[in-house]
Amino acid sequence: MPKRELLLGDEALALGALHAGLSGVFAYPGTPSTEITEYIQSHPLAAERNIHRSWSSNEKTAMEEALGMSFVGKRAMVCMKHVGLNVAADAFVNSGMTGAHGGLVVVVADDPSMHSSQNEQDSRFYGEFAFIPTFEPATQQEAYDMVQHAFELSERFQIPVLMRLTTRMAHSRAVVEIGEARKENPLSYPQSARQWVLMPGNSRVRYRSLIEDRARLEQEAVESPFNRYDEGPDKRLGIIASGIAYNYLMENYPEGCPYPVLKISQYPLPKELVRHLAETCGELLIIEEGQPFIEQAVRGVLPALMKIRGRLTGELPRTGELTPDSVRTALGLAPHRAHAASQIVVPRPPALCQGCGHRDMYTALTEVVREFPDGKVFSDIGCYTLGWLAPFHAIDTCVDMGASITMAIGAAHAGQHPALAVIGDSTFTHSGMTGLLDAVNEGANITVVISDNLTTGMTGGQDSAGTGRLEQICAGIGVDPAHIRVVVPLPKNREEMKRILREEIAYHGVSVIIPRRECIQTAKRHAAAKNR
Amino acid sequence: MKKDIILSGVGGQGILSIATVIGRAALAEGLQIKQAEVHGMSQRGGDVQSHLRISSSEIHSDLIPRGAADLIISLEPMESLRYLEWLSAEGWIVTSTVPVINIPNYPDEETLTKELEAQPHVIALDADALAREAASPRSANMALLGAAAPLLDLDAGLLEEGIRAIFARKGEAVVEANLAAFRAGYETAKKQTAR
Repeated sequence: MPKRELLLGDEALALGALHAGLSGVFAYPGTPSTEITEYIQSHPLAAERNIHRSWSSNEKTAMEEALGMSFVGKRAMVCMKHVGLNVAADAFVNSGMTGAHGGLVVVVADDPSMHSSQNEQDSRFYGEFAFIPTFEPATQQEAYDMVQHAFELSERFQIPVLMRLTTRMAHSRAVVEIGEARKENPLSYPQSARQWVLMPGNSRVRYRSLIEDRARLEQEAVESPFNRYDEGPDKRLGIIASGIAYNYLMENYPEGCPYPVLKISQYPLPKELVRHLAETCGELLIIEEGQPFIEQAVRGVLPALMKIRGRLTGELPRTGELTPDSVRTALGLAPHRAHAASQIVVPRPPALCQGCGHRDMYTALTEVVREFPDGKVFSDIGCYTLGWLAPFHAIDTCVDMGASITMAIGAAHAGQHPALAVIGDSTFTHSGMTGLLDAVNEGANITVVISDNLTTGMTGGQDSAGTGRLEQICAGIGVDPAHIRVVVPLPKNREEMKRILREEIAYHGVSVIIPRRECIQTAKRHAAAKNR
Repeated sequence: MKKDIILSGVGGQGILSIATVIGRAALAEGLQIKQAEVHGMSQRGGDVQSHLRISSSEIHSDLIPRGAADLIISLEPMESLRYLEWLSAEGWIVTSTVPVINIPNYPDEETLTKELEAQPHVIALDADALAREAASPRSANMALLGAAAPLLDLDAGLLEEGIRAIFARKGEAVVEANLAAFRAGYETAKKQTAR
């Protein structure tokens, strides 16, 4: 009997990659993708083979590191959340142009419904845009099997492959049948060396071959074991369901779906299969998790020859993740009989932990900012974004990784004073350092608070790239050491923190204040490990 | 055999340990399992839930449809009511009665108790007190799992094996404390359902 394990989608994918002969995983933490890298970090096979598995500074450096490993013939994987792909986009789009040598799989976990993100972008658009074939598993077993298939395809076509997960796939467990581990690749070098130097003359040649490969990749998708055409007796309706949406469809037909169904888990979109379904059926219903990627491709702009229903026509919700219930409604089935919702339940939003250093930082900061008629606080991505909520109401913006410092610069140039930036230590090394260099070069009058908890807290306490070196980094960038101030954010130090904040706001130029105290969650974990 | 279970509570209470123990027991019985969890965005102090589905036949959706859950297992009384729309007409609520009041507008206790008592099938118990009396207050989640165990249609011995497995690395004393809490919950629930 094959070995069976209960695994998260993230973990099944990670194990599939290990078993595919992975030589390195490159990633920056981001919900819902973090557990892929963490699983590899804790797996004995990774230690035995000494697979590269430490965190990168950000998604772009991770993507480029993986591309370098692929160049020398080994199998590499990059993992990130959907907005991380924006950070890695330059490297990602151009990796389609260079192609891959050793298998290169880029895993991107999308977060429809924005459980833990600032938008619901759908990474399949990036795959299409960069001419990179894309996979989208529907089950944990597929995640395990598919990543091995993806590495093989990547090497056969010498191109990176995108694996798109969504929150419910990433963070749901199921029983997975496990196979054997393949060996790692030996070092080797690309045959087509020219295309790795993206000078215009080389790029123009490569671009034509990339477009030609697209047709062959589409044929792969037509014949893919992960795309399936299931006949159904009732031809009034044909259904296209991609990735995890297929599960919600089948949940509503325990005895089998009466309509023909095209399940799609591999792209480019297999147009031949879509046309066959359309010729067979009277109407189409398109069910997909995320944005209407397939629906837009099938529908186009001009009046359609047939009725097409989906997220764009309102049968399915235009935003947010699908549920078995929203799919049920779109299928025209009567809702299940359910209890009425309780009227006494109130929301219970997440909050900064009691005893967290960010709390002490915000208490001091808000008291000082209130002393000015129009103080503005530009903040960033991390636990400290919760400072927008009660009781602090401390921040005015949160946009993308690193935008606190740069937005403060722009506002200061427009005459804003005080212009404060609040950023965490890990976000600072991810994307804040270049902004700080701008501030120094431009002589911007801003006050930067790097709230240092010595970890990447929001995603569960992963290593932070600049731990122990933040003052050196800021001084190296050119901040005057007299205006790099370190303080321990504790209630007893509140007056000291306020004094430092006032002094640095009064200083005309770039100052950096570093309130530093370990995240209480990682501190508890470290204490428990010591006592064992 | 099919059990659709919503696990709920407040971040940090330990609902995922309950899910892990049930999952291991179901795996040992050769059943299919799907379990959707909530991670990230510092859920500490916020509401958390997990959809756990076990079945002898194929499970399609990772999420439980509304009106289909056989059981809500909750470590907190208000949280047990948050997912009522998912509970089937014959479904049971197994909840701890110990409120976690970390928001200013938490409903008053009398209203909450009344609302719970109005549900047709409820096992409500003070999981903290049970765990404290049996061994350690930190095992409240296993006391609650014990209380749900008679409704799970899983072998109680396999659930105990699951408890042993997940706490083994913390030492024998922790394993025994959690087993004692589990058994105390089990006995209490049997008494309540027998009435």
